[in-house]
Amino acid sequence: MIRAIFAGIAALLLAGPALAEVSIQQVTSQRGLHAWLVEEHALPFVALEIRFRGGTSLDRPGKRGETRLMAALIEEGAGDLDARAFAETREELAADFSFDAWDDALSVSARFLTENRDASVALLKSALTHPRFDQDAIDRVRAQVVSIIQSEEKDPNAIAGRTFDERAFGDHPYATSRNGTVESVSALTRDDMFDAQDRVMARDRVYVSAVGDITAADLSKLLDDLLGELPEIGGLIPPRAEFTLTPGVTVVDYASPQSVVIFGQEGIKRDDPDFFAAYVLNQIIGGQGFASRLMEEVREKRGLTYGIGTYLAPMDLAETWQGSFASANEKVAEAVAVVRAEWARIAAEGASDAEIAAAKTYLTGSYPLRFDGNGPIATILVGMQLDGLPVDYLVNRNSYVEAVTAEDIRRVAARLMDGGKLRFVVVGQPKGLEPDD
Amino acid sequence: MASILRWAILALALARPALADDVSTFQLPNGLDVVVIEDHRAPVVVQMVWYRAGAADERRGVSGVAHFLEHLMFKGTDTLAPGELSRTVEANGGSDNAFTSWDYTAYYQRVAADRLELVMRMEADRMRNLLLSEDDWRTEREVIIEERNMRTDSDPSAIFGEQRRAAQYLNHPYGTPVIGWRHEMEALTRQDALEWYQRYYAPNNAILIVAGDVMPEAVLALAEKYYGPLAPTPGITARKRPSEPPQLAERRLAFSDPRVSQPVVMRTYLVPERDPDAQEKAAALTMLAALLGGNSQTSVLGRKLMFETKQAIQAGAFYDGTSYDDTTFGIYVVPAEGVTLATAEHALDDALAGFLADGVDDAQFKRIKAQIHADLIYSRDDTRGLANEYGQALTTGLTVADVQDWPRVLDAVSAEDVMSAARELLDRRRSVTGWLMRAGQEETMQ
Repeated sequence: MIRAIFAGIAALLLAGPALAEVSIQQVTSQRGLHAWLVEEHALPFVALEIRFRGGTSLDRPGKRGETRLMAALIEEGAGDLDARAFAETREELAADFSFDAWDDALSVSARFLTENRDASVALLKSALTHPRFDQDAIDRVRAQVVSIIQSEEKDPNAIAGRTFDERAFGDHPYATSRNGTVESVSALTRDDMFDAQDRVMARDRVYVSAVGDITAADLSKLLDDLLGELPEIGGLIPPRAEFTLTPGVTVVDYASPQSVVIFGQEGIKRDDPDFFAAYVLNQIIGGQGFASRLMEEVREKRGLTYGIGTYLAPMDLAETWQGSFASANEKVAEAVAVVRAEWARIAAEGASDAEIAAAKTYLTGSYPLRFDGNGPIATILVGMQLDGLPVDYLVNRNSYVEAVTAEDIRRVAARLMDGGKLRFVVVGQPKGLEPDD
Repeated sequence: MASILRWAILALALARPALADDVSTFQLPNGLDVVVIEDHRAPVVVQMVWYRAGAADERRGVSGVAHFLEHLMFKGTDTLAPGELSRTVEANGGSDNAFTSWDYTAYYQRVAADRLELVMRMEADRMRNLLLSEDDWRTEREVIIEERNMRTDSDPSAIFGEQRRAAQYLNHPYGTPVIGWRHEMEALTRQDALEWYQRYYAPNNAILIVAGDVMPEAVLALAEKYYGPLAPTPGITARKRPSEPPQLAERRLAFSDPRVSQPVVMRTYLVPERDPDAQEKAAALTMLAALLGGNSQTSVLGRKLMFETKQAIQAGAFYDGTSYDDTTFGIYVVPAEGVTLATAEHALDDALAGFLADGVDDAQFKRIKAQIHADLIYSRDDTRGLANEYGQALTTGLTVADVQDWPRVLDAVSAEDVMSAARELLDRRRSVTGWLMRAGQEETMQ
């Protein structure tokens, strides 16, 4: 079945128009829950991915960190089972569950053996619908979260990320750490956990994919069993963030031999007609692999860093285009100057036909390689749903990359890059780099 | 919330080999070993070349040269310009990279299955025909020093780990960091790298692993075409490194740094690794690590220190027996706020003493075995992971048969085997205990 997806893509690359034989089935349960399914019966297990849109952006004012703490507590006891009994039951079934929450979604990832499917689903259901949030579990997990927050306060990468977000997102939840602060997390109560769960994990915002040893009929029943009792409507997702980042240099003093740098500017929406041109442009300046302009100029030619990369981050409520690297304190000013010059150069000149062709070949050739297992495919399919993409995107996606022209690249560079102005957040003790804020 | 802390990322290696009928092996006349792992679900292939040479094979004074050469292997040959290999792989939509450990150095490309020949031609070329220009090696030395800055010197827990290893191994080169000591890295030369390359990079010191949508006969034919003509290097023999003397005195070290936020107690013991056709001891230690510290909610240390006494916010154990020479078994405690490191270490010793007195909980033992069986299925969803398992095993002295036997050996471990291993192991006189502390809040170590 994985092969069938490739057959579709290969046909497209060779023949042009989409001759898709893509085997994604769209499943709707009796109670109206939807899922995307790829049946793959070679191995006797199922990979299941669930997302609830909104994630940590649903944290209430003064309660930053509540969604993440809640997500961490989902498997710490449910129904009749306390934390230990829940874990023991999961181990007996040899099922894996994991829960996480970030800016735009709460995620549930599960895999379970065919022979233990019903019992595994029942256990997961109890966690999703009847978590206990026992006070001793709250206290225990809260202490772990507080330790993480305290570690982040001394971690140069976390400091750089937080400083960048503070300058980019004004008073939006995106501007602060999704883990919360020691103060906000310490004040969270058991009632807050139940409240957060009801607002975040509701049926009006759930997306599901399944890949593996299960039929559409069985998945349909599984959906109702697993999710049918969740609240119908969740909390209001906040409005878009105002983008407040200005160009310049920020320095956060931090005693270490090396400076950590995050740089960036405003990005582009996932559904913008120019998104794919921006995506190709990003690949050329700082995308994956060793061949980007920044990797060549900063690492290969000058040895100023071990690695440098950039990426587009189109989130639900704001968009950034950012990159990062680390350089010795004596070298970081030179590295910043090189990045600045390269950003301005591509903003003004665009890219050569050869560079564009190489980037497109990489992006189209690497896409099919992502689909190499039940787990990875399930993750891709649920991500497509969150991005509002149709099932046939799998087959058409490479044609969107192929369609990008040199003129598109120049136009998008001019539109997005504003002459190549970036904000650099530098955490370290850089030599010869003047901050402006 | 089992593994949210940085300390908890130390992996527990259970079972993950492929079924025997998916794996084929060959040896070319020039000594190159070939392993093919079939997975026809997606038209993707990974080529890996693993050399039986790692940082523990470096001579004294040139630490980091194995890893330095790994970087320089991307600098071209007679037929490949610097960087051309990676550019060619990327132009075909693939990805490539390399990694170095104490026991091996490995290179890989991941491409569409019909591009295997292309990457095989390039990988075979650089096995024997590397060229190093004057400019390239000097710049690359700057890059590896930045890598050390990033991975080690910017991270107090990495420095702590480096210091603990140095204390653990008095004589064996596992005590030297793979990336190298900075002062020796700064002095590495083109000649050092070339000597290393000429000594170890040869078909009779390498293992080719091809995993994915390929047929074994077709892989063999390509391997014969591209690797077959390469001359073997005479005189490459099994590695023999200086070994550890018996440890007679407990070793303790304390490290504090202003960048530390969360103190920790970490202890390691020198223990046997998996040996060919003799994996039983390592299997017992693997089960012991799972029992003591596999899962916070159900393991001995998690139950005792996180749930009962609440003196820890995290506690665990780790052991990976895939190593050429003796390796370490580790345990750690992350103390709760207000609990001193001395108290935490004392609590750890109490928990271990309790385990020695109470023995193995049969229900927990059964659950761990159930997960070993499930891992046999789950692991087949990750062909790259399987290729890594085989590569690590075959460069640490094990055979394909040992890899395939490992789940059975684990399954055969009895509770008595585990307790016997634990009684032999848990002796503080043969341990290294480290305290990681916040600067300004140091405790005096007893």
